[in-house]
Amino acid sequence: MGIEWGRIIELWPEIQVAFYQTLIMIGISLGVALVIGLPLGILLFITDRGLFWENRPVNSVIGFVVNIVRSIPFIILLVALIPLTQLITGTTIGPVAASVSLSVAAIPFFARIVETALRDIDKGVIEAAIAVGATPWMIIKDVLLPEAKASLIQGITLTVISLIAYSAMAGVVGGGGIGDLAIRFGYYRYDNTIMIVTVVILIVLVQLIQQAGDFTAKKLDKR
Amino acid sequence: MIQIEQLSKTYQTKHGTVKGVDDVTLEVKTGEIFGIVGYSGAGKSSLIRCINLLERPTSGTVKVGGQDLTKLRGDGLRKARLKIGMIFQHFYLISQKTVAENISFALRAAGTPSKKIGPRVDELLEMVGLSDKRNVYPAQLSGGQKQRVGIARALANEPAVLLCDEATSALDPNTTLSILRLLKDINRKLNITIVLITHEMNVVKEICDRMAVMQGGRVIEEGRVYDIFADPKTALTKEFISSVVSFNVPEEILEKCDGTIVKVLFKGEVAGDGIISDMLQSYPVKGNFLHGAIEYIQELPLGIFVMELKGDQADVSQAIHYLEQREAIVEVMEHGN
Repeated sequence: MGIEWGRIIELWPEIQVAFYQTLIMIGISLGVALVIGLPLGILLFITDRGLFWENRPVNSVIGFVVNIVRSIPFIILLVALIPLTQLITGTTIGPVAASVSLSVAAIPFFARIVETALRDIDKGVIEAAIAVGATPWMIIKDVLLPEAKASLIQGITLTVISLIAYSAMAGVVGGGGIGDLAIRFGYYRYDNTIMIVTVVILIVLVQLIQQAGDFTAKKLDKR
Repeated sequence: MIQIEQLSKTYQTKHGTVKGVDDVTLEVKTGEIFGIVGYSGAGKSSLIRCINLLERPTSGTVKVGGQDLTKLRGDGLRKARLKIGMIFQHFYLISQKTVAENISFALRAAGTPSKKIGPRVDELLEMVGLSDKRNVYPAQLSGGQKQRVGIARALANEPAVLLCDEATSALDPNTTLSILRLLKDINRKLNITIVLITHEMNVVKEICDRMAVMQGGRVIEEGRVYDIFADPKTALTKEFISSVVSFNVPEEILEKCDGTIVKVLFKGEVAGDGIISDMLQSYPVKGNFLHGAIEYIQELPLGIFVMELKGDQADVSQAIHYLEQREAIVEVMEHGN
C-alpha cells in the first residue's frame, strides 16, 4: 500500500470539490444548529424544575422530541428525511440537500450541549440576578450566555467535529464531501492513496477546529 | 418596614416533608439592623430567602414597605425586588462581566436610562471604595472586594431593604470587620433597613440593633441585642453568646473554691464594681473575683463578674438579694458547701 503521488495530482480537483462540499454541509448545518439549537437548549434549561421559567409540560415535550431525534441512527435519518429534503431544497442530491438531515441531527445534539453548559453555571449567580429584579430576557442575555460562553464554544467545536464525522455518511444520498470521497475511492475501489490523503485532510481539519475552539474558549473566559 | 406573619416553608424531600421555617412572625423596623442567628439548618437561610420570595412561603405573609409580596407574581414581583437588595455569602457576581458591568446590570434591570448608568456606577463604586476597580473582572478581586461589588450591585436601585445572606461567612476576620463597618455606614447614611443572617455571634454583636435566634425553623428568642446579651433566656442563645463573650472559669479553679459561685451582670451605666464593694461592706461575706470584664455592645457597656462569695449561707443569700435590688442580674452557678 504505497502512496502514488501521481494519483493525488490526478484527483486533486475532485478532492478540492469534496472539501468545499464538506464546508458547505458543515456551514449550513452548524448555522441551523446555532439558530434553532441554542434557543431550544436555553428553553430546555430554563423550563426545568426550580428555574425561573419552570414549565414541566414544555420541558418534557422538548426533552422527549430531542431524545427521539438523537436516538435515530444518522444513516436512517438521512434516508427517512428524503421527502423533507425534497420539500425544502427541491432536490435530494448534493451537499445542500444533505445539509437538511445534518441540520436535523445537529439541532438536538447542540441543544443538549447548550443545556449541559448552562447547567454548569452556579445557580447562585442566576438567583442573584433574580434578586436584583432582572427580567428573564436579561438573565438569558447577560447571565446565562456570558457565563456559559467558554463551554458553549467548546460545545460548538464538538458539534462541528461530530458534523464532519456525520457528513461522511452523506455520500449515501449523494451528498458528496471529503468523507464520501474516502468511502468511494478508498473503501469501494481499494484506492489507498486517496483514502490516506482524505483521511489526512480530515485529521488536519479536526485538529485545526479543536485547537481554534480551545484557543477561543480560553481567550474569552474571564475566570 | 418588614412584617413577617405566621410564615412557614416546607420542603418535599425523599424522606418526606421537612419544615424549613415553622410559623415565624417577626417585625423589622425601618432603619434598623436586624440579625438572625442560628446554626446551619435552623431555617434562617430559608427565612431570609422568603423575604424577597426567592423561595415562596408555603403559608403566611411577607410585607415589605406595606406591600404583601406573597400576593405578587411575575413582573410585579420583579419590580418589588428592585427595592430589596440582597448580598450573598459567595457574592454571586457575573464572572464574565467587569465590576462596572455587574453593577450596571442591576441598573438596567430597573430601566435606568443609559445616560445615567455611568455616573451612578461611579457613585456606587465610590461608596464601597472600589473606584479604581471599575473595569476589572471579579476573578481579579479579593473576597472582601467581591462583596463590596455585591453591595454596590444590591444598592444600585436605592432599595429600602438590604438582605445579607451570610455575607461575611466566607471572609477572614479583618475583612469581615471592614464589610460590617461598611454595612453600618450604609445603614446610617441611607437609612436602609438591613436584615442579616449569620452563624457568627460577633457579627450580631458588632452591628445589629435587634436580633432573633432560630432553631428548628422557629424563632426561639427575639429582642434588642443588648438585652439578649445581658439576659439570654434559652440554652442555645447562651451558647451563641459564650462564643463571643466567654466567662468560663477553669475547672481547677472552681474546684478549689468552696464558697458560692455567682455570675453578676450589670447593665448599662450602672457602676458594677461600686455596688459590689457596697455589698461587701454591708454584709459579713468575703468576695473573690474569678473573672471580670466589661463588654461593649452597641456602645453600651455590659459589666460581667464571676465571683466567689464566702460566709454564712444566710448572709450570702442576703448579699445576693442586695445585688439584685441594685439592678444587677445574679446567677448562682454553684452553691457553697
